[in-house]
Amino acid sequence: MINDTVVELSRLQFAVTALYHFLFVPLTLGLSFLLAVMETIYVISGKKIYREMTQFWGNLFLINFALGVATGLTMEFEFGTNWSFYSGFVGDIFGAPLAIEGLMAFFMESTFVGLMAFGWNRLSKAQHLGVTYLVALASNLSALWILVANGFMQSPEGAAFNPVTMRMELTSFGALIFSDDAQTKFVHTSIAGYVTAAIFVAGVSAYYMLRKRHMELAKRSFRVASLFGVLSVAGVITLGDALGFVGGSAQPSKLAAMEAMWKTEAAPAPFNVAAWPVQGEQRNAWSIQIPYVLTPLLTHTLDKPVPGIDQIEADAAKRIRNGIPAVEALRVLSGDPTNEAALAQFNAHKDDLGYGFLVKRYAQGQDVSKATDSDIAKAAKDSIPDVFSMFWVFRLMVATGLAMLAYFVIAVLLSLRGDVSRQRWFLKIAPWMIPVPFIACEMGWITAEVGRQPWAVFGMLPTWMSASSHSVGYMIFSLVGFALIYTVFAAVEMYLMVRSIRKGPTSDHADSADTQGPSDAAMLDRELSALEHEMVKEQ
Amino acid sequence: MELYFFLKVLWWLLLGVLLMGLAIMVGMDMGVGALLRCVGRTDTERRVALNAIGPHWDGNQVWFILGGGAIFAAFPLIYATAFSGLYIVMLLLLWTMIVRPLGFEYRSKLASPRWRNVWDWALVVSGAVPMIVYGAGIGNMFRGVPFHFNWDLTSYYTGSFLSLLNPFAVMCGVLSLSLACYMGGVMLMGRSEQGAMQNRAKRAATLGGIVAVVLFTIGGVWVSQMQGYRLDHAPAPGLAQTPLLQSVVLADGAWFDNFRAHPLLWLVPALGYAGMALGLVAIRAGRTTLAWWLGALAWIGVIGTAGVSLFPFLMPSSSEPSQSLTVWNSISSQTTLTWMTGWTVVFMPIVLAYTSWAFHVMRGKVRADHVESNPHAY
Repeated sequence: MINDTVVELSRLQFAVTALYHFLFVPLTLGLSFLLAVMETIYVISGKKIYREMTQFWGNLFLINFALGVATGLTMEFEFGTNWSFYSGFVGDIFGAPLAIEGLMAFFMESTFVGLMAFGWNRLSKAQHLGVTYLVALASNLSALWILVANGFMQSPEGAAFNPVTMRMELTSFGALIFSDDAQTKFVHTSIAGYVTAAIFVAGVSAYYMLRKRHMELAKRSFRVASLFGVLSVAGVITLGDALGFVGGSAQPSKLAAMEAMWKTEAAPAPFNVAAWPVQGEQRNAWSIQIPYVLTPLLTHTLDKPVPGIDQIEADAAKRIRNGIPAVEALRVLSGDPTNEAALAQFNAHKDDLGYGFLVKRYAQGQDVSKATDSDIAKAAKDSIPDVFSMFWVFRLMVATGLAMLAYFVIAVLLSLRGDVSRQRWFLKIAPWMIPVPFIACEMGWITAEVGRQPWAVFGMLPTWMSASSHSVGYMIFSLVGFALIYTVFAAVEMYLMVRSIRKGPTSDHADSADTQGPSDAAMLDRELSALEHEMVKEQ
Repeated sequence: MELYFFLKVLWWLLLGVLLMGLAIMVGMDMGVGALLRCVGRTDTERRVALNAIGPHWDGNQVWFILGGGAIFAAFPLIYATAFSGLYIVMLLLLWTMIVRPLGFEYRSKLASPRWRNVWDWALVVSGAVPMIVYGAGIGNMFRGVPFHFNWDLTSYYTGSFLSLLNPFAVMCGVLSLSLACYMGGVMLMGRSEQGAMQNRAKRAATLGGIVAVVLFTIGGVWVSQMQGYRLDHAPAPGLAQTPLLQSVVLADGAWFDNFRAHPLLWLVPALGYAGMALGLVAIRAGRTTLAWWLGALAWIGVIGTAGVSLFPFLMPSSSEPSQSLTVWNSISSQTTLTWMTGWTVVFMPIVLAYTSWAFHVMRGKVRADHVESNPHAY
């Protein structure tokens, strides 16, 4: 009954709004911690340059933060507006981490971000530092709860289907939040945010050093950022590997698509460095392989088998057949929740309920009891995500990750060896590195979410069933609306960001005296004493 | 089962707390936004207004976000059905809401008067429209919304966008906006220095309060003449259930059933009247803090009246009344409610504590010269 175009438009809208939101989130996650680090140095050492650094980067943080908040609002409600069936089906589980995110993390982040911006003259040094730390902590807690929610979609743990209420219900809160997928992805994602912020700060600092502006601030910021960055990028790669390991066991279909492995091969299987997957023919037109490498890479053993797409589809077909009676029983239970026979039938087949749903879209009149062998074959083919995009998106993410590792290793070596501001070749590269982590983050999102297809909740609820029953016109209207608003937002944000960076620290006076550190410091002193004077007046 | 019944009622109350918290805290900021151009005539006055709520709007807005999350967690079927059914209205709400963070953060970053004017208008619209939608949304619950489910609880909305903007709903929307203006006006009175701006804020707050009293009264009379919904038979409230297992009838004056059965409940609307009436007196006396708390009381009374009147209904269906959503059939499982109760008991007091601390730290008047000279000001 749900129109395929509506489902595709809903997916597109979710991808657009989520990817857009995720342009601002990583920088918030990382920059909040970098601010905390800089302010800590200020409070401990008492050097005013670090206060100036905190305020300068804090200003950029706030420009970015506003858009993160705005676009996050959309996400909080989009499940309800566009994914109504999904929301009713798993809201009992999925809603909880979102609500707790608001209660525990986002309240804290938003309340203290106000004090962080407005409280410089009202709070003691230590209090303000505490506020900055709470913002950093809260933004990361926020990511934790969102990824717990996402972890459930990737690997639905701690829940079971209740035929009385016709929905999934929470059975174990512990299993939900300590799901391997959620925890690994949380660390991977939040550290990816640290890398993003480190590259951003290093890039902008390099821009200043190239122009010999704000040298003191730029050099120190660069040093803090490269240390922070090298540690973080190593963490991201380690956790990414762990995520492949964890995700591989939970979602073999995602893994097989990422590696374009059409046939199950004897362990240790070869690794495709590059390939041209052709989904229709279920093969790679060409590929460059390294023998034996895939098995140890994915399973961390030499002999554990890695199932190929052929095997996954065969399994899916079996499960679809087993799931059909579960869906039939459910239909009876919907009007008559105490029907014993239907309940017994449901319980015997409930593990494959989701696979029964998978064939519903192909069965005549969406009645699974009428599903033919060819319907089942089609549904089984659906159980694999799009291999070509998975294969290349994943490789792009890994490549950008390795490039950032190389960048930070060089950055740290250069700053340790001496004055990085004299390595002009490196300073010229650094600003151009700023987009790279953003690309990596977006590719990571695509790998995780497109790789989960055809499922909204892996193995339980197909994406095509999850959408709201809107008309195509509504979906185009909302998509166009968001696209327009977000385009204007992006333009305004970029403009203000670039403008603030061009202007540099101590915004009001920097243009007239943008030469060297000492004059900046003198200006800051003047400003500070003006502020202190004001405070005295206030009291 | 007894526990489940208790949890269901508790979460109905908490839903009320959430909607009240949202109305009080976000409504205040929305009121300031809606009044921005008429209370603040010069750029400096507008900056004073924005900086009065500057440190707090972000935290307050989380009430709105938490509203979405908590309804998702505790009343998933409401989250799913209401937000998809009221689609265009939700878009209107979201599109205006998402402009607000940028309005606050970006408005004063450039000195150009055109830039600032555009953002001022954006703030006015993003203050007024969400409050109207908020009230209209609640108002529509009295009239019922045309939706139904099929056997697997896929919901279908069969009305048009315009039917959601019926006269009663719009009146509720204006009531909600007027209370927001009351709160925004009171906030600006308290935070601005004596002068023309403070007088304008006082007039706006007074007007908001008077309009609210009038509309609340008209609303009560209107509802008494309206057909309400009544549960005919349904599974026991403490049982897990879907909306497919009950029957509902429409009856004249059914929205007063609960008041007739429990006359003590008349105290709830009385609370609303007391808040608004005494609030107006407090404004006259220039007691802004008191007026603020009385305004909060008014919100509690008004939203409480709607909740008590509708109970146990949350979202009645006008096209398929027997599939109406109630507290009993749209709520989460006992396990989820238990966990959510635990999180709320621990964190809600913490949230209230640091919110109060933030207001305490930033207390006092926002001075024009301070706004002009402070590089961190909006």
